[in-house]
Amino acid sequence: MKVFLDPIKCSGYGACADICPSLFAIDEFGFAQLLSDGVVAASDEDSARNAAVSCAENAIKIEG
Amino acid sequence: MTEHFADVYPGLTPRLVIGKSGSRSLSLREEIAAGTYAPVATGALIDQLEQADLRGRGGSGFPAHRKWRAVRDGAAPRVVVANGEEGEPSSFKDRWLLTNRPHAVIDGLLLAAAAVGADRAVIYLSHPETVSSVRQALVELPSIPGRVEVELHVVQHRYVAGEESAVCRSINGGPALPLAKPPRPFECGVDGHPTLVSNVETLAQAAWIARNGADAYRALGTSASPGTMLVTLGGACRRPGVYEVPYGLTLGQLIEDCAGGLSNGIGGVLAGGWFMGVADASLLEATWCYDAMRAAGSGVGCGAVTVLGHDERIEEVVARLARWYVEESAQQCGVCVKGTVAIADTLELFSRGSAEPDALAKLARWGTTLQGRGACAFLDGAANLAGTFSKIITSDRTMQPVAVE
Repeated sequence: MKVFLDPIKCSGYGACADICPSLFAIDEFGFAQLLSDGVVAASDEDSARNAAVSCAENAIKIEG
Repeated sequence: MTEHFADVYPGLTPRLVIGKSGSRSLSLREEIAAGTYAPVATGALIDQLEQADLRGRGGSGFPAHRKWRAVRDGAAPRVVVANGEEGEPSSFKDRWLLTNRPHAVIDGLLLAAAAVGADRAVIYLSHPETVSSVRQALVELPSIPGRVEVELHVVQHRYVAGEESAVCRSINGGPALPLAKPPRPFECGVDGHPTLVSNVETLAQAAWIARNGADAYRALGTSASPGTMLVTLGGACRRPGVYEVPYGLTLGQLIEDCAGGLSNGIGGVLAGGWFMGVADASLLEATWCYDAMRAAGSGVGCGAVTVLGHDERIEEVVARLARWYVEESAQQCGVCVKGTVAIADTLELFSRGSAEPDALAKLARWGTTLQGRGACAFLDGAANLAGTFSKIITSDRTMQPVAVE
């Protein structure tokens, strides 16, 4: 599984970082950033899906 | 800068700056005499590009064969686009090529269409002089059996308009602004079809390879950076202009041998366009090739080099450039809007001597943390400016200017 973050859509609500902190963080400017190349460890797949579903801007896309 | 002036590295047998094209536009008759539009098999052209190791000349240096192959392997219909929207402010080489040798670009575009199996070809431009020259070239385009029709798409000039997803978005009827990836244009571009967006010089180089072969292409340059490249030498040098040069010489040699040397000492260098940030005078000793320029903390980029004179305050130069990033941002990505402003504000305070004690640490951090964060690479350029400035200003003040002798 791989996640992609759309920086145009991201408004910095921060749900992703709350739900899946191993993949997402909020930077010093208030916007989400990926902490890796987006490849999701098996143990993080559920929280990554939750993060995508919870994003108010639909800024997170999941492939695989 | 004389926009249409071009020349060749002394002694070099030119490939693009041929005939009298350095000072005037080549006629169709002259182009045909030089081999342009001559029939050539394109079945193995992508393999030839791989053997030649042709890299994209728009700034990324991405291997051309990989992009071409990805489009060819996509489902038909396919589209090819010659990208002549030269957004980089310090670069004039694409404008020179489109103005003085438009047929060389169209030739490369038609060969690309044949090689990837495209049935639509578009030339994407903004600068009025290139629109005029290409329009004239299309009117006189000779009859070539089986060739696709070539369309012209004119866009309002701005830096990000030349980014490949912005190119497709504009041709599709939208604003010329970047999109988030994926998908990339090779997967989903013009009208949702696999689309090859290629810089105009890359296409002209590809046409040269199609007619002369990969081995001939590799006869100049280095084994890792073969061939020749169009560079734009500007700023404090005696003869600014566009030059066709081989890879493998030092940047100092290029400035000395092509542009007549420094005209006002040296206070720093912007190499690879503004995108690669700022360097100190030691960059003149670096070899002009992809690996060495990257190792020196800079890059070949689109081939534009601006020499800063000894009396130019580097702090003021980078502050001006940083404010340009703020103004040119597409204002689409929050992190770009905020990040470019933070960099510009910090560099302006630094220039005025009133920066906070942690200013350099912030700039160094943004040089890393803001890389790869936007929908396009625009923010990376601002991050490069912040990161490179923080390095050179802290390395024992090597920016002490050197007056011209």
